[in-house]
Amino acid sequence: MDLSAISPTLLVASLMVASTPILLASIGELVVEKSGVLNLGVEGMMIVGAICGFAAAVLTGSPMIGFLCAALGGAAISLIFAVLTQYFLSNQVATGLALTLFGLGLSALLGQSYVGIKPPTTYKLDLPLISDIPILGPILFSHDFTVYAALSLVAGVWWFLKYTRSGLILRAVGESHDAAHALGYKVVRVRVMSIMFGGACAGLGGAALSLVRVPQWTEGMTAGSGWIALAIVVFASWKPERILLGAYLFGGVAVLQLNLQAAGVSIPVEYLSMSPYLITIIVLVAMSANRAKSALNAPAALSRVFHASR
Amino acid sequence: MLRLEKRPSPSRTWAYLAPVLAVIATMIGGGVMFALLGKDPFEAIRIIFYDPLFSEFAWYYRPQLLIKGAPLILIAIGLSMGFRAGIWNIGAEGQYIIGALFGAGFALALYPTESPFIFPSMIVLGALGGFLWAMIPAVLKTKFGTNEILVSLMLVYVAEQLLASMSLGLMKNPEGFGFPGSRNLQQYASAHNAELWVGSGVHMGVVFALMAIIFAYVMLARHQLGFHIRLTGESPKAARFAGVNPNRLIIFCLGCSGALAGLAGMFEIAGPSGQVNIDFNVGYGFTAIIVAFLGRLNPFGIMLAGLLMALTYIGGEIAQSSLGLPSAAIQAFQGMLLFFLLAVDLLTNFKIKWAKAEAIV
Amino acid sequence: MSQTLLQIQGLTKSYPGVTANDNVSFKIKSGEIHALLGENGAGKSTLVKMIYGLVRPDKGNMKLDDESFKPLEPRAARASGIAMVFQHFSLFEALSVAENIALGMENPPKSSALSIRITEVSLTYGLPLDPERLVGDLSAGERQRVEIIRCLLQEPKLLIMDEPTSVLTPQEVTTLFTTLKKLKSEGTSILYISHKLEEIRTLCETATILRNGKKVATCDPRQKSARELAEMMVGGTLNSAKPKKLKLGKVVLEAAGLSLPPQSAFGTSLKNISFQLHQGEILGIGGVAGNGQDELLACLSGEVLTTPNTIRFNSKSVGHMTPNERRALGVLAAPEERLGHAAAPDMDLIENSMLTAMVRKNLSNAGFLNWQRAKAFTQTIIDEFDVRTPGPQSIARSLSGGNLQKYVIGREVLQDPDVLIVNQPTWGVDAAAAAAIRQSLLDLAGKGAAIIVISQDLDELMEISTRFSALNNGKLSVAQPMAKFSLDEIGLLLGGADA
Repeated sequence: MDLSAISPTLLVASLMVASTPILLASIGELVVEKSGVLNLGVEGMMIVGAICGFAAAVLTGSPMIGFLCAALGGAAISLIFAVLTQYFLSNQVATGLALTLFGLGLSALLGQSYVGIKPPTTYKLDLPLISDIPILGPILFSHDFTVYAALSLVAGVWWFLKYTRSGLILRAVGESHDAAHALGYKVVRVRVMSIMFGGACAGLGGAALSLVRVPQWTEGMTAGSGWIALAIVVFASWKPERILLGAYLFGGVAVLQLNLQAAGVSIPVEYLSMSPYLITIIVLVAMSANRAKSALNAPAALSRVFHASR
Repeated sequence: MLRLEKRPSPSRTWAYLAPVLAVIATMIGGGVMFALLGKDPFEAIRIIFYDPLFSEFAWYYRPQLLIKGAPLILIAIGLSMGFRAGIWNIGAEGQYIIGALFGAGFALALYPTESPFIFPSMIVLGALGGFLWAMIPAVLKTKFGTNEILVSLMLVYVAEQLLASMSLGLMKNPEGFGFPGSRNLQQYASAHNAELWVGSGVHMGVVFALMAIIFAYVMLARHQLGFHIRLTGESPKAARFAGVNPNRLIIFCLGCSGALAGLAGMFEIAGPSGQVNIDFNVGYGFTAIIVAFLGRLNPFGIMLAGLLMALTYIGGEIAQSSLGLPSAAIQAFQGMLLFFLLAVDLLTNFKIKWAKAEAIV
Repeated sequence: MSQTLLQIQGLTKSYPGVTANDNVSFKIKSGEIHALLGENGAGKSTLVKMIYGLVRPDKGNMKLDDESFKPLEPRAARASGIAMVFQHFSLFEALSVAENIALGMENPPKSSALSIRITEVSLTYGLPLDPERLVGDLSAGERQRVEIIRCLLQEPKLLIMDEPTSVLTPQEVTTLFTTLKKLKSEGTSILYISHKLEEIRTLCETATILRNGKKVATCDPRQKSARELAEMMVGGTLNSAKPKKLKLGKVVLEAAGLSLPPQSAFGTSLKNISFQLHQGEILGIGGVAGNGQDELLACLSGEVLTTPNTIRFNSKSVGHMTPNERRALGVLAAPEERLGHAAAPDMDLIENSMLTAMVRKNLSNAGFLNWQRAKAFTQTIIDEFDVRTPGPQSIARSLSGGNLQKYVIGREVLQDPDVLIVNQPTWGVDAAAAAAIRQSLLDLAGKGAAIIVISQDLDELMEISTRFSALNNGKLSVAQPMAKFSLDEIGLLLGGADA
């Protein structure tokens, strides 16, 4: 066992890359939940995005088109959820689960012919001199563009919710859809758009997985990241800045256990692989035990079915 | 311009008609999907739905309906009670695995002793394993208010890792030439979950599934606990007013569904599957969720829905070998079924009307 | 000379099974305070929703300032100068006052400028507010101020107010009236919806009366007596219940130092509540909504458990007992929310009877339920309390408000309670059903039961209570005989003064 082989700088740098898929999926789901909808289909949307992005990138040779298709794929499949829950008034939990199951099946189907293929490489930032600074260089200036894109997205969402009128309306819809409707705001429209934004983000997260992090396509490759993204939204108390913290925490655990495996630590591989999931449970318990705080931050209208009444 | 109008009380006709309509819509949707994959849709639908029941080899396939349906029904019955009360056990797959590990582990530990007490003990342990695994989200929910959806789900991944660890480590067959996986329980007479009548497909799991259906029906219709479950799902505040103890309900529902899932896992590993191996779990815990909804959370509905889902599995396998249809297509098909059911369910509670251009959005 | 601001002609609106408004016509002048009077279900809300653009009329037309007025949505109505303060506030608890107001405006100014404007307007009209406070922390009266200021910032020509005083103490009502009169003097018209006759006679110069969707009359309410107005509203005479004066019997239920921390982020705490309830009396607990009524009922019914001896029944400590344990002893309750709390909306009446009567009516045997007996009991409730419904198999949601309330009260009364606690027994209930319910409570007390009636309706409390107490911000005043109080004194108590 050789723990000295683990370099902290590389650990932090690789943690940022590892966290990007969940970061993207979580920030999208945050917006959805802020508007008052619980979409459990994140896992399904992520993996559909993963295959759409992968296939498009391989077919066109351009990772950018891959990411675009991933976002579109995620948004398209989230539309099914949006239509069912907002227009057909179906139960949000059941519909979210259906989305996940369907997404997993559909992605496996679409990905049949893409197993084992190498995708085109993505653009990595490489500034002369700056990227070579020890410690800060790898951590801040040498990343794949998806890492920077994800960080900008988090900042963008934070600013949108706090300072824009549309952001205020979205928060209001999530607090009380009855009050928002009485004031004349189009609750259903706001929610459908949020859901599709969440789908696009989850799709991007999936593509970040299949095009950057791994990069490869395998059936079921999200391995629960979508579910962890849901946990992160709770952990973050629905605040964008804390999503960053949560995603890095989980990405960190995932990367750390891989490093420990490679360093030959004598804990069996399977138990190390369990760690991200166990940590998620512990975090969830800690958050819910602090009840007073979490109750104040959850959008009040989460999970209730809305129907305009006369 | 279409408008939705809430019915004064839910429509009985549509409650029965909706699943049928959903199945038909799925056949059409599935047909389209198969056509896009380059297969003849009519042939595919025929192979999936008709052949297993009526073709010349149906004598082989029909018992498979029971074999594949039993675990689905067992798990779905347990899930439906929780779902009715708004308690979402999504981790049945994990409880299934742990139940299997408890039962198989016990048998492997006693190998090669033969005794009539081994199988009954395995049954008890299978239920216990699933029960305990479900108690984790149950206790966390009652003590801390932690959301059971995410906890039970995370535990599925943990259970899968445990399964892998057992297959490669503690439960590995010493006489297995180094290959992963345990001894085959089908060859261990005291532990084997054999068919009660050869060729019928009826093993102890099927019997237990039937018992579960009856138990669930009686409980929901005639017992206080069933009434409390229904009430909690309909109206949590009214349930509290009626004196329902929410914690007791959570423990009961999660415990029950965990035990039933564990039982299903144990019957499966000691019977049709036979071996503790990394790929033992095939997603019954998740498909059972679809079965529960398709069966409208009603015990007899679940029985029919379970058999229907089993049919799609079997038909799907036939289509895989004869048409080259990928197995993932069936998974997508099953997800589609749930979507259509949720969509059609609207008609149970709402009427669709044509209205003069008056939109109230 | 004031001209016509809004003219309504032949407005008609139907829904399946009911005509909400039938050919209604009237005029509102500028600078006029115009009352819209009618019982629950008369069609006031629907009419006003048509004016505000939430609903479109089937027939008829409207003219604003002599121009055709057909608002397609509230935004259009607001743009034309119509503002509305709803009975049930459209406020977001977790957002600040300023954010709430911004949401109610078309083009709100930037947040710093908005905060200044809010402070200005609130002081000008005597409704002080801090823009940064979270709405969830405000009292009902303060929340109404947010709604009003939200309207005033748009400088409306017509301000519609829907049952504005149902959540106010008498002193707050006076403040509101001063504000409205100031607005009137500036030329703003006010459409004031209410069923409170005395208020309308104080405030309004014109009143349009609706009954069963039709306009019955337009008159000057100051020229009519309250009785004449009531008769026009109801279309007949009503018998008011005559309370029976009884001597106070022995103490049956006692609360001593009952305190409770807030049960939710914006909930009310209970502070050291003490009272004694005697056999045969009706203790009226008055108070504006949001002062701890729901919490008090939950503690007494057993939905919230407290220290054992803070609540005693016949000298026995029961604070730690569950609802069904208390039912076995004879302590029953009927909460405020009919659908969703007192009854499960999508379950039928038989199942709803099983909800509370399982213990006292012997409907369960070793856990197995006797549905036949439950059905028989339900039929008895329907027969004795005149619940209009096709049968016991109807689901709770299909009953009208009045009938459902009769069922809920009947269900508890027919279990022969020793103590019955009811919260808002007649809110949203038509006059005939309300009178029947009040009479049944009086009869129950006459038989020796002890009753607590928690209500916002002071008239009701004055009518049926033997003793009265006020609940304000979680504190209960010392109970005194009803006859001792004047309306002013009650108002002060509700506002928090000491008895």
